[in-house]
Amino acid sequence: MNRLKIAIILILAGVLLAGCIDTQPPKVQPTVQPTTVQPTKAPETVTLNGAGATFPYPLISKWSSEYNKIKPDIQINYQSVGSGAGIKQITAKTVDFGASDAPLTEQEYANVSGILQIPESIGAVVVSYNLPGIQKGVKLSGDVIADIFLGTIKKWNDPKIVSLNPGIQFPDKDIIVAHRSDGSGTTFVFTDYLSAVSPDWKSKVGKGKSVNWPVGLGGKGNEGVAGLLSQNPYSVGYIELAYAKLQNISYADIKNKAGKFIEPTLETTANAASGAVQTLPAGDASWSSVSIVNAAGDNSYPIGSFTYLLVYKDQTDKAKGKMLAEFLWWAVHDGQKYSSELLYVPLPDEVVSLNEKTIRLMNYKGQTII
Amino acid sequence: MDRLKLSFFRSSRSKLSGDFIFEAVVGLFALGILILAFLLFRELFIESGLSRKTFGLSFLFTSTWDPVNEIFGALPFIFGTLVSSFLALLIAVPFSLGIAIYLSELAPEKLRTPLSFIIELLAAIPSVIIGLWGIFILAPFIRDYLAPPLSTYLGFLPLFQGPMYGLSMLTGGVILAIMVIPITSSVSREVIMTVPTHQREAALALGATGWETTRIAVLPYSRSGIFGAVILGFGRAIGETMAVTMVIGNSPRISESLFSPSYTMASVIANEFVEATSKLYVSSLIEIGFLLLVISVIINVAARILVWKLLKVEGGKVA
Repeated sequence: MNRLKIAIILILAGVLLAGCIDTQPPKVQPTVQPTTVQPTKAPETVTLNGAGATFPYPLISKWSSEYNKIKPDIQINYQSVGSGAGIKQITAKTVDFGASDAPLTEQEYANVSGILQIPESIGAVVVSYNLPGIQKGVKLSGDVIADIFLGTIKKWNDPKIVSLNPGIQFPDKDIIVAHRSDGSGTTFVFTDYLSAVSPDWKSKVGKGKSVNWPVGLGGKGNEGVAGLLSQNPYSVGYIELAYAKLQNISYADIKNKAGKFIEPTLETTANAASGAVQTLPAGDASWSSVSIVNAAGDNSYPIGSFTYLLVYKDQTDKAKGKMLAEFLWWAVHDGQKYSSELLYVPLPDEVVSLNEKTIRLMNYKGQTII
Repeated sequence: MDRLKLSFFRSSRSKLSGDFIFEAVVGLFALGILILAFLLFRELFIESGLSRKTFGLSFLFTSTWDPVNEIFGALPFIFGTLVSSFLALLIAVPFSLGIAIYLSELAPEKLRTPLSFIIELLAAIPSVIIGLWGIFILAPFIRDYLAPPLSTYLGFLPLFQGPMYGLSMLTGGVILAIMVIPITSSVSREVIMTVPTHQREAALALGATGWETTRIAVLPYSRSGIFGAVILGFGRAIGETMAVTMVIGNSPRISESLFSPSYTMASVIANEFVEATSKLYVSSLIEIGFLLLVISVIINVAARILVWKLLKVEGGKVA
């Protein structure tokens, strides 16, 4: 028995040793290879690190792989840790760029000197519902949505809902409200919209990535809210447009500022953004009051928001700063063509030209780098 | 005592003997845990300073959680954590004891290993998977099949009143119970198996039946160990985050009804920490973490004291 054990231990040790030997060739090779490789020398790969919002993660990782095909020496590494963490990390300068679903607040903006905010894509939030027998065509207005989420409209056949939807027979059922339980840019956009259209909402709840919900069940993530919706007939909730489309969840047409009921699509959301362009500040100013919710325009969908990349105006590493600026330039131009297939809203031309100005502000010791 | 003498004797023989080095090295490892625990406690305490200064003790007793206006009170979370964990134990302990007794006393030899293997496997399932299963299977099941009879027959109790949407304190408690059972039952089984056979034989020789043997010879002997297993389970329940977040409904309100949604301390940290930007907000979340740590320390210490008391009363029974 003992001999067997010893044999097993020896074999294991042998395997481990073999493992060590295996790793040695790569160590030896570099001393041999440089003589042949050095002349053509592959340039060192530079990694640009980013962190922040989860919402643009699929888009940024698509960019990362596409950009790597064009510039094989640049790796873009993005961690989707949440907007809050992204802002913290760029403030602490532990990453090269941050990303946030909401513009920096006045206080956050004051904490980081020389930050640039570059809208890189646009997201829309839809009001989804689960009404057995009613798959499509429910129309809602901002004040009605606010009342539902405040708990003052309790039933589906409330006169306020019925009067917006003449052709639809609503059941006499309690409305089950579903909302996000995790802090999220989606919640920020949605509550920003409700604050814009309902004074009641603004004074009682307000806007934020997490708020004190008067009623409802909290689900974690888009998938959590979607799960609540699919399992509870007569429920209503809000989710990202892309998620709702991919999961085939019904969502409502929303009454916009011009009084028209608008179906949320990539185009109608882009309309809202281009309608707001005149009001946008310069890239290095504070964006805290920027909002494209309830935007003007006949064809603007009212619940949407820019999502932002955050970089420093004054770069401390010339080569890296240049690479970062070039990547950003590519992202707001060529990168936009990957938006639609991933169900992101491409930036309107006006915003792209604003971004060009912003990216040109990036500098190394006063010299422009792009 | 013997072991201590021995090591003292050896180290005095030669100060740099292998034993001495060995003792120093493993001693350092043990010390490392102590230091780590201390640093963790200290960090949480310091980082929660702002919140403690702003809200004082009212943090413990108020129930508004409003990140927009930065008013924070932790009572609903403390309530949710304690109630869901107790509920979990209420369900899990009888099950676990049953499983443990069956596996160690009654099950045929062939069944024991596979069964206990499967139970331990249950403990290895990642909690996010249990949570997903909870959302899609357990919550609708409880809503459609468990809640209606409860509210029909026990509806006079405030515990089972109000509408039930699936995600609720009850669902959270059941999910936690499922996660507690593997730990509690397998530790209890180990404890029961350490009961010396002569205890059982003595009981059987006096004419006890199988049940009586278990009751008078096995359970009292392993009482403190089983209690320890329950506390381990409680520790698991109180700190569990992912699965319970997915099924408890995440609504920071205190309700008498088990059918209404609730919120736990671990859940609110998991949900909101990532997007918390203001200093006071972060500090309040850290204070909740600190409270969670304090509560689990208090419960563990209380349990320890209880076990000691039990041991003294029982006199010399060590399990």
